[in-house]
Amino acid sequence: MINKNEVWETIRMLQDQKLDIRTITMGISLRECADPDPGKACRKIYDKITSCARDLVKTGRAIASEYGVPIVNKRIAVTPVSVIAEASKTEDYLCFALALEKAARETGVNFIGGFSALIHKGFTKGDARLIQSIPSALSETELVCSSVNVATTKAGINMDAVREMGHVIVETAKRTSSRYGIGCAKLVVFANAPEDNPFMAGAFHGIGESECVINVGVSGPGTVKAALEKVRGADFGTVAETIKRIAFKITRVGQLVAAEAAQRLGVSSGIVDLSLAPTPEIGDSVARILEEMGLESCGTHGSTAALALLNDAVKKGGVMASSHVGGLSGAFIPVSEDEGMIDAVEKGALGIDKLEAMTAVCSVGLDMVAVPGNTSAETIAAIIADEAAIGVVNNKTTAVRIIPVPGKNVGDRIEFGGLLGSAVVMRVNPFSSRDFILRGGRIPAPLSSLKN
Amino acid sequence: MSAAERPKKEGAEESPARRAIITVVGRDRVGIIAGISAFLAESNVNILDISQTILQEYFTMMMIVDLAGSKMDTDELREKLVASGESLGLSITLQLEQVFKAMHRIDAL
Repeated sequence: MINKNEVWETIRMLQDQKLDIRTITMGISLRECADPDPGKACRKIYDKITSCARDLVKTGRAIASEYGVPIVNKRIAVTPVSVIAEASKTEDYLCFALALEKAARETGVNFIGGFSALIHKGFTKGDARLIQSIPSALSETELVCSSVNVATTKAGINMDAVREMGHVIVETAKRTSSRYGIGCAKLVVFANAPEDNPFMAGAFHGIGESECVINVGVSGPGTVKAALEKVRGADFGTVAETIKRIAFKITRVGQLVAAEAAQRLGVSSGIVDLSLAPTPEIGDSVARILEEMGLESCGTHGSTAALALLNDAVKKGGVMASSHVGGLSGAFIPVSEDEGMIDAVEKGALGIDKLEAMTAVCSVGLDMVAVPGNTSAETIAAIIADEAAIGVVNNKTTAVRIIPVPGKNVGDRIEFGGLLGSAVVMRVNPFSSRDFILRGGRIPAPLSSLKN
Repeated sequence: MSAAERPKKEGAEESPARRAIITVVGRDRVGIIAGISAFLAESNVNILDISQTILQEYFTMMMIVDLAGSKMDTDELREKLVASGESLGLSITLQLEQVFKAMHRIDAL
């Protein structure tokens, strides 16, 4: 029998500490939709998505209501579009993005991910066309998200792809300049991209996945902070133990919702992603957890160690709570989407270099970082290369979601709105990386990849 | 509840019962339990357990109920409970019991 204290604890977590399910994401395979006629392919894509995800939003709402647990987003991830579109006789893949957008609107989801290409070793024709189409796709749609995998531990870093993505990001920012380059907020450049990530903008339905699957991402930084408030001054063993216990509880709710959603929708249950996803709301911040551990501001010395502890303890607590763990599963530090992070940048406590160091011990990378609008494509490419190197060498996922905000300079504040939050433009190193990026080719896979 | 909302699980339910937990918090006054119990009886919701205490003038109550025979779906039931609670200055929640079990027990879900 559940006792009263347990009931009140759960209700406090839900009502005061903003515990929620960040997303239920339906992964849908589009492999059967390839067609030489792009019009036909787009129709097949639209039909497949709208038929698989017909009841997704409705089911999400019903589960949220019955269990009393908010489910903030319902999303769709599809097979990387470059794989499907390659068979079609067209150079411009914008039509595929428009088909995804239409399907997303019809099903009522918040975002659809998968305008993606996996080019960690090289480009096929379809990959090259997809990448060329990213700026138009992201500027002419609202709900479509794009991701590109440019490196893996096994393949090394495709520096041609890295250079190309620098240009794509700059161009995407230009085309969405009236909205502070918001197109770039829907574009992730990955190293070691997971195939079952439920979080946007990087979600796609991997090639090794089943026909249709439900993946769930939890949230709950507020609950972790509240738990730590009760053990102020205690040693790190106690801190880790406290986080583990609360992470277990958070993840179990995710597991319950994942299993229930998959069963009601009649599709396979995929994974629960253990990431603690913050929001721009007060009381829902990862940065504030680090500060609760004793740092005056997130970004000061000690932040990397604090984040490493948090990330590890969340996994240890979460892993037993879920039958299948996957996706990114680590603390997120998206700057504009975390109230404490924005505050740290504004105070001058957090810069891009410290942020980069922090990404070595958590997922996912330099996320939602605004930089000056005049930042060169090569500098952006070099930032991507650095992040990819951290991912490749440490055998983990890293990513870059960076916004060179047109017309804005260091210190300017930009409101993206909604979950994307607000950003303060951060300083990048003014010295050039141009000649480094222009070399091209591939950075070989590290020795640590040779495990066979 | 529409067919689409109803769980399709076969034989996996612990029992045909659909247990939920109702909590009520607010300033104490006459007739809180009576009012809520009467509403649940009208809705054909069976009360399995009640515990209540007064904490610094605040009335707190937890009820375990069975929704299996409920005339309304959880959404509607909650809406009406919350609305009736608001008129009495009470904050009311209604959630399936499973969510509490999942969080606080390590038994298989």
